[in-house]
Amino acid sequence: MLQVLKSKKTRHDLVTYGLVVLAFLVVSFMQANHMIPRMIAGQLVPICAYVVMAISLNLVVGVAGDLSLGHAGFMSVGAYTGIVAAMSLSEAVPNDSVRLVIALMVGAASAALAGFLIGIPVLRLSGDYLAIVTLAFGEIIKEIVTCLIVGVDENGLHVLFNLTGKLTVDDLGLTEAGTAIIKGAQGASGTDTISTFFMGFVLVMVALVIVLNLVRSRTGRAILAVRDNRIAAESVGISTTRYRMIAFVVSAALAGAAGALFGNSFSQLSATKFDFNTSILILVFVVLGGLGNMRGSIVAATVLTILPEALRQFSDYRMLVYAIVLILVMIISNNSTIKDFVARIVPSRKSGKKEVSADA
Amino acid sequence: MTVFLQFLVNGLSMGSVYAIIALGYTMVYGIAKMLNFAHGDVIMIGAYISFCVTAYLGLPAVVSVLAAVAVCTVLGILIEGLAYKPLRQAGPLAVLITAIGVSYFLQNAAQLIWGATPKNFTSIVTFEVPPALAAYNVSAVSIVTVVACLVIMAALMWFTGKTKMGKAMRAVSEDKAAAQLMGINVNRTISMTFAIGSALAAIAGVLLCSYSPVLQPTTGAMPGIKAFTAAVFGGIGSIPGAFVGGILLGIIEAMAQAYISTSLANSIVFAVLIVVLLVKPAGLFGKYVPEKV
Repeated sequence: MLQVLKSKKTRHDLVTYGLVVLAFLVVSFMQANHMIPRMIAGQLVPICAYVVMAISLNLVVGVAGDLSLGHAGFMSVGAYTGIVAAMSLSEAVPNDSVRLVIALMVGAASAALAGFLIGIPVLRLSGDYLAIVTLAFGEIIKEIVTCLIVGVDENGLHVLFNLTGKLTVDDLGLTEAGTAIIKGAQGASGTDTISTFFMGFVLVMVALVIVLNLVRSRTGRAILAVRDNRIAAESVGISTTRYRMIAFVVSAALAGAAGALFGNSFSQLSATKFDFNTSILILVFVVLGGLGNMRGSIVAATVLTILPEALRQFSDYRMLVYAIVLILVMIISNNSTIKDFVARIVPSRKSGKKEVSADA
Repeated sequence: MTVFLQFLVNGLSMGSVYAIIALGYTMVYGIAKMLNFAHGDVIMIGAYISFCVTAYLGLPAVVSVLAAVAVCTVLGILIEGLAYKPLRQAGPLAVLITAIGVSYFLQNAAQLIWGATPKNFTSIVTFEVPPALAAYNVSAVSIVTVVACLVIMAALMWFTGKTKMGKAMRAVSEDKAAAQLMGINVNRTISMTFAIGSALAAIAGVLLCSYSPVLQPTTGAMPGIKAFTAAVFGGIGSIPGAFVGGILLGIIEAMAQAYISTSLANSIVFAVLIVVLLVKPAGLFGKYVPEKV
C-alpha cells in the first residue's frame, strides 16, 4: 500500500479523490445545519453535473487533444433519454434512487452510442475542422430534440417526430392514464425531480475513477502519445483513430450520465437548454481549470457555476464582469511577457513549464 | 416554378449576407489562424449603430451605414489590439476562449446600452423594384444585398491580389516570420485585416437586419456561426470559397426550409457541411496541405 503511495501521480490522484470527498462532507454538514444560501442550494445538483461534464470534456480536449465544441449535444442526449427512462419507469421502479441509477445508465449508454456514431466521421478530421464539425453535430442534436414529442401510457412509449412543426402532444394518442414527457420545442416538463446531491457526488467520483484510471493505463498513455505527436504515435503502431475514439466515446458516456443527472433535477427543461453556449461554458471550465488537469476542471466548474450567482448583486453587470475576467485570465496566464515577469518574482514557478500536461 | 424561383431568390439574398460575413471571417482566419467567435457580435453592433443613427438622429440611411462601418472598423482594431495581440504566441485554445470572452462582452455591453427587448429595424433600402423583377417577389433589399456582395468580393480579390497591403496580407498568412524578414509590418497587417473584416461585418449587419428586422443583442450569434460554416464549406482562407460557400449555404437553407422542414433547416445545412468536409477535408476551394514529418 505504501509502495503505491510513492508514485507522484497516484498521490496526486488520491488527493483529488480526497478533496472531492471532503467537499461533499463539508457541504452535507452545512446542508444539515441549513448554512447554505438558498440560491446555492438549488445549484448543488447542477454543479455536480457540470463537474462531470468538465471532467468528460477534459478527456477529449485535454487528454486526447481534440477540440470539441458540441459537448452539450451528448449532455442533451443523456438528459432526454434519462428523463424518458425515469418517467416511464415511475410505476415499475418505485424507489427514486434505483430509478435515477437506471436513468443515468440509460443516459450514458445512449450518449455513448451517439458518441460512437458521431465519432466515426468526426475523428477523420482534426484541428479547427474537427471543432466546427462537432459544433455542427451539437446544433443538429439540439434541433432533433426540438422536434421530438414523447409520451408514455400503459401501452408503452409513444414517440413522434415533429418534422412539419404542426404536431402536438394530442397527436401521440395517449390514453387517459398516459403522460407526455417531452413536448417538442417546449422541452420536458412535469419531470419528477429525483436527482439528489448524494447521487451527484457518487457520479462525480465514478467519473473521476473512470477518467483517472483510463489516463494512467496503457490505453491512456497511447491517447497521450497520439495527442502529443500523431505521426510518431502512428509510427510505433498506435492506431490513432482507435484511441481517439475510446476517449471520445468514454467522454460522451460520462456527458450522457451528467445530462441524465441534470435533466432529472429540474421539473421543466427546455429543448434549447443544451445549445452552443452550454458547450462553450463547459469548454471554459476545462481551459480555465487547465488542460488535462482533472482537479482543475472540478474547481473551475464549481467556482464558475457559483460565481454568476454570487455576482447577482451586480445584477446587469455580472455577465460583463464575467466576460472581462475571462479575457484577463486568458491574457495573464498566456502572455509570455507577463509569464516571464511572474517567473522573475516567484522563482519556483518555471516559465518554461509545458502548458499542456496530463499529470498536473 | 414561380414558387421555386422565389425560394431561390430568398436563398440568394440570405446567402449573400452570409457570404459578406464569411468573407470577413475567412480573411481574419487566413491571417490570424483563429476562430474569431466575436465576429458575429461585431455584426450586431454594426446593426445597432445603424439603427441609432437613423432612428434617434434621423440621418439618412447612407450616413448610418458609413457610421456603422466606421465604428465597427475601430472596434475591430481595438478588439485585436487589446484582446488578441497579447496572445500572439499563445496556443489556439487560449485565443479561442478569449474570442468567446470578447463575444460575451459585446453581447452584454449591447444589452446594457440598448436593452434586451428587440428593436424593430427599419430597412435602409427604400427604392422601387423594377416591375420585371417585382413579379418574382424580388425585394429591393435582395437586389442591394446581392450587388453589395458581388462588389465586395471583387474589391477584396483586387485588394489582396494587386495592392501592396493585400500582398502583405497574403505573405503574412503564408509565413509570419518570413514576412517579417521581408520588411512587412506584421502587427499592422493583422490590425488592417481585422479592420477590413469588421467593416464587412458592419455592412452585413445592416443588410441582415434590413432583411429580418428583429434586432437584439444575440442577433449576430447564429448568422455568425452559419457564416463561419460557409467559410469552412468553401475552404477557409479562400476568398472565392467564402463567397461560393455563403451563397450555397443560403440556397440550401432556403430550399430546406421550403421543401423539407422549417425546424430542421439548420440541421440540414450543418449535415451538408459535414458531408462536404468528409469528402473534401479542406473545403470546396481550400488547399489541402499534407502533414509533413
